[in-house]
Amino acid sequence: MAMLRVNPTRMELTRLKKRLSVAVRGHKLLKDKRDEMIRQFIELVRQNRTLRLEVEKLLQEAESNFVLSRAVMGEEALDEALMYPSRSIELEIYSKSIMSVDVPVLTYKEEAAGKNPYGFIATTSELDVSIQNLSNVFSRMLELAELEKTISLLADEIEKTRRRVNALEYVMIPQIEETIKYIKMKLDENERASTTRLLRMKDIIADA
Amino acid sequence: MNKIAVIGDKDSILGFKSLGLDVFFTLNAKDTAENIVKCAHENYSVIFITEQAAAEVKSTIDKYKAVPFPAIILIPNNKGTLGIGLASISENVEKAVGADIFSGKEGDK
Repeated sequence: MAMLRVNPTRMELTRLKKRLSVAVRGHKLLKDKRDEMIRQFIELVRQNRTLRLEVEKLLQEAESNFVLSRAVMGEEALDEALMYPSRSIELEIYSKSIMSVDVPVLTYKEEAAGKNPYGFIATTSELDVSIQNLSNVFSRMLELAELEKTISLLADEIEKTRRRVNALEYVMIPQIEETIKYIKMKLDENERASTTRLLRMKDIIADA
Repeated sequence: MNKIAVIGDKDSILGFKSLGLDVFFTLNAKDTAENIVKCAHENYSVIFITEQAAAEVKSTIDKYKAVPFPAIILIPNNKGTLGIGLASISENVEKAVGADIFSGKEGDK
């Protein structure tokens, strides 16, 4: 393992010891953060999977209904009927924090001027039904949007955290530990050298 | 930041217009990509796009994955689903956990 390039002095040793304790604490915190994020993530993914399957099924039904009504009515009539929507949807966005990741929360307000924007003469009842279906499925679609965005943001953050945890665990901490060991050995060696030097000097003085 | 767009082929998404969403009809990949970029610039916060259209412009969609908005959500069109939406969930799991731990469930299908 590579070592940090430092002077083997006592000052450096205390500095490194401080860094080590910070690194260890940071590692523990990040690891806890990662574990908790993954726990929540798994839960969300489970929800996402069921919700998506449900939305896909409902949407396909609604859409194929719509195609039927288009086939019955003809394209121009349908375009005309839907030209000016009577409803509008006001989306409100808040953000909430999951383990300090900002994720969106979507709510919406529906402003309906009238039930349908078209008259009953030129349109078929299939259209009414399919639009009703679509508006039923819409709230689930927004839920899905919120959930999927949350998951993709969370996945990004988990990846980053995991990388940091690994860098600390497998690079930073071993490196610092190794360097501390090196400095300690070097200092001990110096001490032994000076002791033997003193002993030798004492002998020389005694002989003279 | 409070608009919703729907992008896709006309047959599938025209109905959303009646709900008060903004719909953009596209016929080819170039159109689709342009519409996505335009919607992102005009502060649409949620973009629903049909899987059939999305399949052709994957790189454009990936650009918006890491930013909070817009959220680009895949929906099936009237011909059925391509399974891209579900695959992207697995992709996220793989990214976060390192392995697709739900793959057993996928095998059941």
